[in-house]
Amino acid sequence: MKFEHWFFNATPGSGFKPSWLIVAVFLIAYPGFSSDFFTFQIGAYSLILGTIALSLMMLAGYGGMISLAQMTVAGLAGYLVAILGDNSVGVMGLGWPWWLTVFVAISLAALFSAFVGAISVRTEGIYTIMITLAIAVALFYFVRQNYTIFNGFTGFAGVEPPTTFGVYWRNPLPFYYLCLAIAVLSLWAVFYISRSTFGLSLQAIRDNPRRMRSLGFNVAAHRIFAYFLSGIIAATAGVLMVWFNGRISPGSVGVEVVIDILVIAVVGGLRHPVGPFLGAIVFVLLENFAIDLIDRERFNTVIGLALLLIVLFSPDGLLGLWRRARQRLSAARQTRLAAGRATRDGGSESYNSLSNP
Amino acid sequence: MLKIIRNTLVAAALISLSTATMAQDTIKMGALATLEGAFTVLGEDSMRGVQMALAEFNSMGGGKKIELITGSSNASPDSAIRAARKLVEQDGVQILVGPLSGSEGLAVKDYAKTQPNVTFLNGSSAAQDTTLREPAENFFRFSTEGAQWMAGLGEYAYNEKGYRSVAVLAEDYSFPYTQVFGFLEPFCRLGGKSPVDARFWVPIGNKDYSSVIAALPDDVDAIYVALGGADAVNFLTQYEQAGGDLPLIGGSITVDQSVLGSKGRARSFVVGTPSAGPISDTWDDSRWHAFVEAYQTQFPDGFPSPSLFAHAYYINTKAALLGLDQVGGDLSDGGANLRAALSALEFETPTGMVKLDERRNAIADIFLTEVIEGPEGNLLNKTIAVTSQVSQTFGLSYDEFLNYGQVGRENPKCE
Repeated sequence: MKFEHWFFNATPGSGFKPSWLIVAVFLIAYPGFSSDFFTFQIGAYSLILGTIALSLMMLAGYGGMISLAQMTVAGLAGYLVAILGDNSVGVMGLGWPWWLTVFVAISLAALFSAFVGAISVRTEGIYTIMITLAIAVALFYFVRQNYTIFNGFTGFAGVEPPTTFGVYWRNPLPFYYLCLAIAVLSLWAVFYISRSTFGLSLQAIRDNPRRMRSLGFNVAAHRIFAYFLSGIIAATAGVLMVWFNGRISPGSVGVEVVIDILVIAVVGGLRHPVGPFLGAIVFVLLENFAIDLIDRERFNTVIGLALLLIVLFSPDGLLGLWRRARQRLSAARQTRLAAGRATRDGGSESYNSLSNP
Repeated sequence: MLKIIRNTLVAAALISLSTATMAQDTIKMGALATLEGAFTVLGEDSMRGVQMALAEFNSMGGGKKIELITGSSNASPDSAIRAARKLVEQDGVQILVGPLSGSEGLAVKDYAKTQPNVTFLNGSSAAQDTTLREPAENFFRFSTEGAQWMAGLGEYAYNEKGYRSVAVLAEDYSFPYTQVFGFLEPFCRLGGKSPVDARFWVPIGNKDYSSVIAALPDDVDAIYVALGGADAVNFLTQYEQAGGDLPLIGGSITVDQSVLGSKGRARSFVVGTPSAGPISDTWDDSRWHAFVEAYQTQFPDGFPSPSLFAHAYYINTKAALLGLDQVGGDLSDGGANLRAALSALEFETPTGMVKLDERRNAIADIFLTEVIEGPEGNLLNKTIAVTSQVSQTFGLSYDEFLNYGQVGRENPKCE
């Protein structure tokens, strides 16, 4: 099969929904009615984490592969931006122009993601989790102990986004819209991939790899390519993350944050690409405001309990809650309609009198 | 109709008046420490320091009520910045005390430059460059830093103990670099030696020291150890088991109460170890006694004696409150007057007088101590000497001091 057919031949989606328009208007208008803090640290940061979790959702939801190395891919891209571009630490900082830095950082990180895929692709389930976790931990220790390239424990500081078209991109407003644009683009890409021939084969491989193999599909190649694509998404978000923080250090790719991404994806819901973004919003809000709700020694318990409750009452995350609520609503409407129809049929006279005043 | 409009206007005026007076009657102060992650216990003790200072002033500063809002980081610079940003930009604190650890301090200093109307006071972070190179105009450090804490130790090891060459074992990040520099600089100036290949740098949380112990050279007189908490306990236990017999020299958190209070044979092994730092548990002085007593009364479930983290947060919070008293709690000018007052502030702490240099870093007294066995078999740090008014530049001019270069694994060379 030709590559164009394989990848660029997507079946049309389910069509436009009016609720999307409402969400789009809200997201675009959001900075207009929120403070800089809410625009930047809540809005933009949720979008970045959501995009990284989206790359996990793509692998887990369509490929059945739960990778814990997505934050590692994003972190590697962030490190490469600090190494190839400019930083204020005096280690590395090769001073490449920003567009080249970003391009090379994303490409190398995506290749690294494909490499992670190549290593872990022949495993299933919990073994995939273990191998990708091992890779994440290995990179964490590597950057912490390597001083010549990664500057060890201290990492890099003073990483600045470029100033183009007279806009300084870390200002809350432009940075929010940049993150929104990247998030929407990634979301669209994941939608598109899921409906392409490649995406459909990937989902078929998820459901029955043995059958797909006997049909002549190269299962390993499909999975590695999925890792590569998800790596592009994670790496792009990783560039945004290093611009957001202005710094990167081993703590940015440590085990806790690696697990956070899994938590975000699971809490949001792995069935639909929007899930990770819902999870990210809940996670960021809890992370920022749980300390105001309760005694400061216990706020991590609140975060843990909230996430636990969500998963307990809805195994498929916030999206599952929403879906069930909607089903119940529409079921209620159906009954009401049915009831209405019954009355209408019973009292056809009144119906007629209404329609012909 | 007119009446309704008039009533509405009056009501609106009243509401705006009352919110305005409310805003004027309280001052929001943020406190940022590590309340999660590896340094949680230290972060909790830091918060005790903040609360002690507030209790001393009845939570009032310049006649206004202080509203304390806490923030938490996990010792990574990213999380410190996020917590600081939340406190400043969302909660609207006008004064921020924190953070706890070295690399966080460097990050918060950079953030301070973007918030010129907020006054930042250090917590206990003790990296050198927080105030030495490219300092922020609105970042104040009334606690001293890691190199200052070593004052007198290098001289003591060379002159009194008679050590001529030492090996170094330390954790691999900015704070131990600063400590090693503070110890070796005077030691090597006097003629001591510490070859670069006899310095061992281990990651935080290292458990197995057998390879380091095997590689320690035999021809040194002592080992300078700058490890903290569990790392120190692990090394001491393993070194004792391996039959090590070299005397030790301790960094500021190597032989503190958390290590001396631990069980096991490593305890007897450390008797006679000299160390130096911003506090000394056994300093026989009424100001220190009063501080320890206040700590024990206010926090019966705290440490037996306040840690240097509680001490540092206490001093910085107290400085903020004294500054507020001087300007009458008036921050309407974006805190410019408060910062002017802080720059000139000089006050009595439980460990002696403190004042600031021109880069807003503390000049204060430092304690030289040695581990002894107490009357009940417990281990204590005995106060040997107090070095008064130690400055960040060791008494040199700023430009001369910069010639020493940035602290790091090979500074000073010392060969």
